[in-house]
Amino acid sequence: MEKVSSMKSQFNDTKVMIGRSMRLSFRSLDTMITTIAMPIMIMFVFVYVFGGAIETGYENYVNYLVPAIILMTIATGGTYTSVRLSEDIHKGIMDRLRSMPVAKSSLLSGYVWTSVVFNTLSTLLVIIFAFLMGFSPNANVGEWLLTLVFLFLFTLAISWISVLSALLAKSVEGAASYGYLVLLLLFISSAFVPTDSMPKWVRLFAENQPMTSILEAIRNLLIGEPVGDNIWISFLWLFGLLVVTYIASVQVFKHKTS
Amino acid sequence: MVQTKETIIAIRDLQKSYKDHQVLNKINFSVKKGSIFALLGSNGAGKTTTIKILSTLLKPDKGSAVINGLDVTKKAEQVREIISLTGQYAAVDEGLTGRENVRMIGKLRHVTNPNKEADALLGKVNLLEAADNRVATYSGGMRRRLDLAMSLLGNPPVIFLDEPTTGLDPQSRLSMWQMIKELADSGTTVFLTTQYLEEADYLADQISILNQGEIVAEGTSQDLKKLLPQGHIELGFHHEEEVGAAFSLLKEFNPSINQESHKIVLTTDGSIKQMTDMLNRLDQAGIPVAELTQKQPTLEDVFLTIIGEKEGA
Repeated sequence: MEKVSSMKSQFNDTKVMIGRSMRLSFRSLDTMITTIAMPIMIMFVFVYVFGGAIETGYENYVNYLVPAIILMTIATGGTYTSVRLSEDIHKGIMDRLRSMPVAKSSLLSGYVWTSVVFNTLSTLLVIIFAFLMGFSPNANVGEWLLTLVFLFLFTLAISWISVLSALLAKSVEGAASYGYLVLLLLFISSAFVPTDSMPKWVRLFAENQPMTSILEAIRNLLIGEPVGDNIWISFLWLFGLLVVTYIASVQVFKHKTS
Repeated sequence: MVQTKETIIAIRDLQKSYKDHQVLNKINFSVKKGSIFALLGSNGAGKTTTIKILSTLLKPDKGSAVINGLDVTKKAEQVREIISLTGQYAAVDEGLTGRENVRMIGKLRHVTNPNKEADALLGKVNLLEAADNRVATYSGGMRRRLDLAMSLLGNPPVIFLDEPTTGLDPQSRLSMWQMIKELADSGTTVFLTTQYLEEADYLADQISILNQGEIVAEGTSQDLKKLLPQGHIELGFHHEEEVGAAFSLLKEFNPSINQESHKIVLTTDGSIKQMTDMLNRLDQAGIPVAELTQKQPTLEDVFLTIIGEKEGA
């Protein structure tokens, strides 16, 4: 009986926390610009400005580009999770929440689920704009579902990385800086151009870092081509990152409490 | 004042250190139910650490802290049900309205009717009019009041206020003091930290002075005042002969003369009555006062006196 009520209050607390962050995100103009308008603008520039000059082997560059823009959207969304959590830590809101009878598990997971909900919405918007710019995927229902699973795992992993980085950072600015690392990883991958054109040593890195296999997996799924090993490699990367950052976050959070 | 002799907070031999730095060194005190207790000390004395331990945010290295019979480390969950913390910086969401802020805490505290209670509390802290404005537009005083309202939700019997008036203008400070008094009058136990002697004096039934992690003095404000060095008043005059006349007129205040700057320094108990008495006498004798400076004993003076005595003994 007690378990049921504690689960109910955990659910309630998480719901309140999500409602709060969603409100804050939707009211903050710079959050909306950075996390939603920016990726769409970058997509526009790549499709209509750079795209014509990039040789990808794809007839339609937007089909090549969309997975990169989606991951970029989720990554920038993640930095906002870091900023919010970090602000709450430094402004005393976390102290207030921790001194209240709030389910402990809701405290961190509230930020993660907000990030998932927010990123789902921004990803949807990006996909709609992609269609407007000529995106023509060729995936069947199963391939779409697998794509969604990958995107969900990627969002979860990014969200926990964001939480961990906010917990470790000494300032709000520091908390968001890991976001640039994720963006850098995206740029040194097959996100915008195929790796073939890169010098050998860059290519070696690009082809063996997680972003490329995740991108290739999603790209092949959406275009309806065989995915090959990338499906397992990217799954292992995502699952591994998720487990490591989750455990590390919970431990760091516990340690900070004593 | 609703006050019983019952102890609600008891701290025994509390110790906490960060790495090599000993922040709290075996501190002891107790707080009576329904009273206002002030932990007075300068920055870095260990006030916030104490409040963090009491509000279950930090674990002590040694010693115990018990609130309403519940150990804050072992029974943290239950302690959280009966306490409320207002931290040093107003912990409010700028992007939300005042009302939304209070309602959110109400929902997390699982109060039966968060909306109704939120409005009642907003009225209590005079924020009803601004309740639907975003907190980003609030002044410092309004933020603190909102912060207090958020802490009062669910009517917790013990409330912790970490430097509730630091950085506030005099008017906001007064209204905050008023609210704290009312809170205690309604039976809530208030534990506050402050760096202002004046604040502890005005509000607290019981004061402990914390210095470098040790309680160096404790008692009522009356008790502590006896430990204070006496206050001084400096009077400046236009002419040398006036200085001399004032000197003989105010002999009982133990004056000392500074000839060059035409000033005399007098010892007082700091009361307004004594000061008016001095000025009246000068006025009746037709000696115009050009300048008056009051030198109140500061918290630093109290520390220096107490620590000086400790080391001297």
